[in-house]
Amino acid sequence: MTDSRARILARIRAAVADAPEAEPVARDYRTSHTPDDPDALLDLLHENLADYRAHVHRTTPDGLAGLLARLLAERGARSVVVPPGLPGEWLSAAEVELRSDEPRATPYELDGTDAVVTGCAVAIAETGTIVLDGGPGQGRRALTLVPDLHLCVVRAPEQVVASVPLALPRLDPARPLTWISGPSATSDIELDRVEGVHGPRTLEVVLVTGG
Amino acid sequence: MSDRKGRASARDEGRRPGDGRAFLGMPAFPEAAREAVGDATLRATLRHATHTIRDKRARAVAELDDWAALREAGRRIKDETLRHLDTHLLRLEESVTAAGGTVHWAADAAEANRIVTGLVRATGETEVVKVKSMATQEIGLNEHLEAEGIAAYETDLAELIVQLGEDRPSHILVPAIHRNRGEIRDIFREKMGSWGRPAPEGLSDAPAELAEAARLHLREKFLRAKVGISGANFMVAETGTLVVVESEGNGRMCLTLPETLISVVGVEKVVPTWRDLEVFLQTLPRSSTAERMNPYTSMWTGTADGDGPGTFHLVLLDNGRTDALADEVGRQALRCIRCSACLNVCPVYERAGGHAYGSVYPGPIGAILTPQLRGTASEVDASLPYASSLCGACYEVCPVAIDIPEVLVHLRERVAEEGGKGHRLERAAIKASTWVLDHPGVLAAGERLASATRKALPRRLPGPGARQWTDHRDLPELPAEPFRDWWKKNRT
Ligand code: SF4
Repeated sequence: MTDSRARILARIRAAVADAPEAEPVARDYRTSHTPDDPDALLDLLHENLADYRAHVHRTTPDGLAGLLARLLAERGARSVVVPPGLPGEWLSAAEVELRSDEPRATPYELDGTDAVVTGCAVAIAETGTIVLDGGPGQGRRALTLVPDLHLCVVRAPEQVVASVPLALPRLDPARPLTWISGPSATSDIELDRVEGVHGPRTLEVVLVTGG
Repeated sequence: MSDRKGRASARDEGRRPGDGRAFLGMPAFPEAAREAVGDATLRATLRHATHTIRDKRARAVAELDDWAALREAGRRIKDETLRHLDTHLLRLEESVTAAGGTVHWAADAAEANRIVTGLVRATGETEVVKVKSMATQEIGLNEHLEAEGIAAYETDLAELIVQLGEDRPSHILVPAIHRNRGEIRDIFREKMGSWGRPAPEGLSDAPAELAEAARLHLREKFLRAKVGISGANFMVAETGTLVVVESEGNGRMCLTLPETLISVVGVEKVVPTWRDLEVFLQTLPRSSTAERMNPYTSMWTGTADGDGPGTFHLVLLDNGRTDALADEVGRQALRCIRCSACLNVCPVYERAGGHAYGSVYPGPIGAILTPQLRGTASEVDASLPYASSLCGACYEVCPVAIDIPEVLVHLRERVAEEGGKGHRLERAAIKASTWVLDHPGVLAAGERLASATRKALPRRLPGPGARQWTDHRDLPELPAEPFRDWWKKNRT
């Protein structure tokens, strides 16, 4: 194996030995395609999330617990897995069984749980994306994958950025990251998009302003 | 050419089965294409799918007014990476190792298969779940594992359709693009039961129902999976991060739930820095599924405490890539990010279908990549560079600006050198060219596109490679002369 390593490296070096130096990378593309206005950004995020079939809601910190309780009830969710570090008051009004992930739930236990409620690390307006990094209130990756309903809370404006180039510097590559743009989907049948395959088939995003 | 010998010797070692068994003994392009052209259902399916996606792609791309700058940046990042590939791979190895992963190097398909088999064996498991990966298809991993008594379950919807239907993939992104919804329903009804949970009673051909059937069928496999196997779209040298871009969530399942994760990735998939992702995460989704962003992207760096697999192995795969790298014109094919935009706009692909290309890499990218990875000694590989009207549509849409027509012409030169008059390779080449000529639709589309290309890019042939277009006696000076005319002149 070490010997293949040496061989591959030697072949690479021989292959490019006479190649000209590459042109320097020019980064003259845009950092963002959107005016730097928090309200416009939030509207764009809302619109793009909805365009890919996420259900988007807006509320204030005071309205959050009531809204989450209502959404869970409307979807018929009876059990919710709670990631470590989720603010206790978020689910204070929900009439559901709260399941902790300490100790870690098995995949089967998660499969038998109706929903998960999380925060996020950052949200990207131009692409309608929320990014989870496993920080407080987000949990390990399996929590937002196996249950069929994911409710994700985004704090605006502080967690919202315009673009992919503005999102990357806010993320720590050492953490496992999941970028989510709408619910699970496939284009595999005649290249037509259908929502709902293996990940949560319903994604509810709650934008909280005025915090 | 100095690289020629290296290529021959790599082949002579005879340890590169190349594509999975399914592709061995494929006929040259025209014979394989004939089948597709004669199949009206297949033609309609392909036409519908490729036309739908190409219009959507154009709209998604038009949303970004800096597309040209992103494309150019993508090209240069990849060129810089390839120029110093050794440095970036060593850095990647260091970062992945520091983050708790183990890095293996595989010179060819046989070695990669051996490594993966050994790693699966070490876990004591006899089944694995797989995320769609071109690299593992290229090395025929599933067939190899099967022969070793390990069941590999494909979990991507299209791969599942291909696997259950005992079929071959025909598109990079949508391997079952040649199947319409009715055929998919039939395959699910007939085959799911023998692989696990059967299809629901009364399954219809509604795409949502078909997706639901796949969800139910695969869930039991995900929940009990102990070993996952994946590829990766990108590997970041500076941080050791791997990136998998997907839609369905089967990727997340395979990357998250098992205890052991094995990723098999071509050496050219490395990018130097974290920041480089800002380019490709904008260009890849819009080019491939025509979305602003694909539903799910997973990024992981080695292993993480209490989140996901506790053991992570990265197998870096050469398998002919260093041969391609040695070719000054051909090496640009290694910039490919497998978006499949070139397939979707190609008039030849639309009519011939993916199977005609005799490789897991079909369409324009396959026509330039396969002969470089496998060499041009077989008839199917020698015929591939001729399976094109050189219209240039593929180059136009390519998000890393691979000049596919330029490489095709270059490879024709190589086939001609290796073959010579009356040689069987020359005959294969002539047959492929004749096929193109005999399909007025291909030519008409090609000429129409070529003239559009000419307008958009009046000076599209400067720089290295221009020589091959203009100096060689057998070659068309393309943008100025449609294929049909060139052929008439050169056929005798
Ligand atoms: S060659 Fe270009 S257009 Fe074709 S799949 Fe690769 S990156 Fe995409």
